[in-house]
Amino acid sequence: MNPEKRQAAARLDNRIIASLIPPGSRVLDLGCGEGDLLDLLVREKGVIASGVEIDEEAIYRCVEKGLSVSRLDIDSGLDDYPDGFFDYVIFNQVLEQVIHPRQALLQGFRVGRRVIVGFPNFCHWPLRFRILFRGRVPVGPALPYEWYDSPNLHFLSVKDFLDFCGREGLTVESRFFLAGVRRVRFLPNLRARKAILGLSRS
Amino acid sequence: MKKIDREKRGSSAGPGGLGTVETKSFRLPGPHRLRSGVTLAEVVVAYETYGELSPGKDNAVLVCHALSGDAHAAGFHPGESRPGWWDRMIGPGRAFDTDKYFVISANVLGGCRGSTGPASPDPATGKPYGLSFPLVTIADMVDVQKKLVNFLGVEKLLAVAGGSMGGMQVLKWGVAYPDSVAALIPIATAARHTALQIAFNEVGRQAVMSDPDWRGGDYYGQKAPARGLALARMVGHITYLSERSMERKFGRLRRPKTNGSGFAEEFEVEGYLRFQGDRFVRRFDANSYLYITRAIDNFDIGSGPALVKALSRLSDRRLLVIAFSSDWLYPPVQSKEIARAAKLNRADVTYCEITSDAGHDAFLLEAEEQRRVISRFLEVTRKRTARAGGSSGGEEAEGGKR
Repeated sequence: MNPEKRQAAARLDNRIIASLIPPGSRVLDLGCGEGDLLDLLVREKGVIASGVEIDEEAIYRCVEKGLSVSRLDIDSGLDDYPDGFFDYVIFNQVLEQVIHPRQALLQGFRVGRRVIVGFPNFCHWPLRFRILFRGRVPVGPALPYEWYDSPNLHFLSVKDFLDFCGREGLTVESRFFLAGVRRVRFLPNLRARKAILGLSRS
Repeated sequence: MKKIDREKRGSSAGPGGLGTVETKSFRLPGPHRLRSGVTLAEVVVAYETYGELSPGKDNAVLVCHALSGDAHAAGFHPGESRPGWWDRMIGPGRAFDTDKYFVISANVLGGCRGSTGPASPDPATGKPYGLSFPLVTIADMVDVQKKLVNFLGVEKLLAVAGGSMGGMQVLKWGVAYPDSVAALIPIATAARHTALQIAFNEVGRQAVMSDPDWRGGDYYGQKAPARGLALARMVGHITYLSERSMERKFGRLRRPKTNGSGFAEEFEVEGYLRFQGDRFVRRFDANSYLYITRAIDNFDIGSGPALVKALSRLSDRRLLVIAFSSDWLYPPVQSKEIARAAKLNRADVTYCEITSDAGHDAFLLEAEEQRRVISRFLEVTRKRTARAGGSSGGEEAEGGKR
């Protein structure tokens, strides 16, 4: 996927996530990068924004956008906030990169009332195809890394995650399945490149 | 989209700085009661200011110096070739932009650079206090700063900023006067010293006190304990650097051969430390060194839950906590703890660990990275305080209200 398309896809992610968040919410974005999502949320929804990011240059960019961010890794960064402080905690394209995703998610529910998760679907059909017919570990638009330089530690499918939600008593309140900039409604575990889910805990 | 690679301003002292500045003196209108209960009949504070106080009085920033600093934070004193200690950070277009902010810098209580300290005359005897000067704390330093700030017509500071011991003063402002400051910028600092940090200070104090010229602190008018103080400064300087910065600066470079015993200055690093030590004794009072390091070691606003409680009045205040990757004297973990305690109190916190080889000295040297975070942080703070003050987002702010 060329950089332009990737940017368009990232912008769509941000639009979808923004659509799930009511104005004036208190929001924590984990792995917030250069703060594009938080910046959008501040400008359009007037949210009170916090971010956690490990990359130094990205931190400077966030501060230049006027955002409050902490240069921490996600696993330890979540400890810093009081119970129930946030209305929304966002894990977009980061859950597969943290060391203990389950722990991080549960921490997310400690500090926030709702959690929004976005992740690449490892069972998207071209990836299955690549494993089955080419005997190669998948590299594709949503998983653009070779095995030796991938930041991803965990690989999951839409079904895996929905199973997980069932086991952990998490309710999926809203779901978006995407292939590039197209929304997928049918057979998402096969046809979606990416999932964005709004979760709550009963 | 903001451009990132703007010109590298403020990274060195040079053109575009403040030019000539002067230190002024403020005598507290009455006696000053220390936190210990002891009263000082007379307290003088040396201070400098840069930039203009806005009509709304909402743009004042107090910068607090470290152990060996003074009121002269920026610009040049007439006839001097070295600028103030934070000149890289203070001036037009720099981190603390004097075109926008009114920057206040004061020598601490207990210091020796124009503010009342152990070298000052005791009004009761007319002779220098020496060790009869009462022990002072970081809180006492802050209390005096508060009086100075009010004297300058500022009810509410936009921010208090400082590194090392300056950062401790920043934290103390947050504990003692949270309603008088909109934002705190503690840099390369700690909520309390660890045993290691106390140990280095104690070696420094012992160096001073074991100098025969120290005479129990009663050396004024005679030979000062220069050897001891220089030695203390040498130890200090080692802790301000990092292994990498020392390796890069000196490595195993040797001094030109001398005909000494083999224990003359053999290596460049030895020459550097001796030079720093000797230069320091010309401008610093040995007793002040004892009093200030003791104040630093005694400073303790808690750890863990106690620290969270100490910062409990910071909810909705803005904090910018800065640490440096190679700082082993005040390692980032101590700054993280401060940031965490503030976040747990629902403060609006930014925590930035800046990558640097410069060790603890980075807070004095890494001007560009600090400018990138501090300048914008201050702008946002000012905008928000203006909004909170009920004005329509213009230049007016709550600072102007009485």
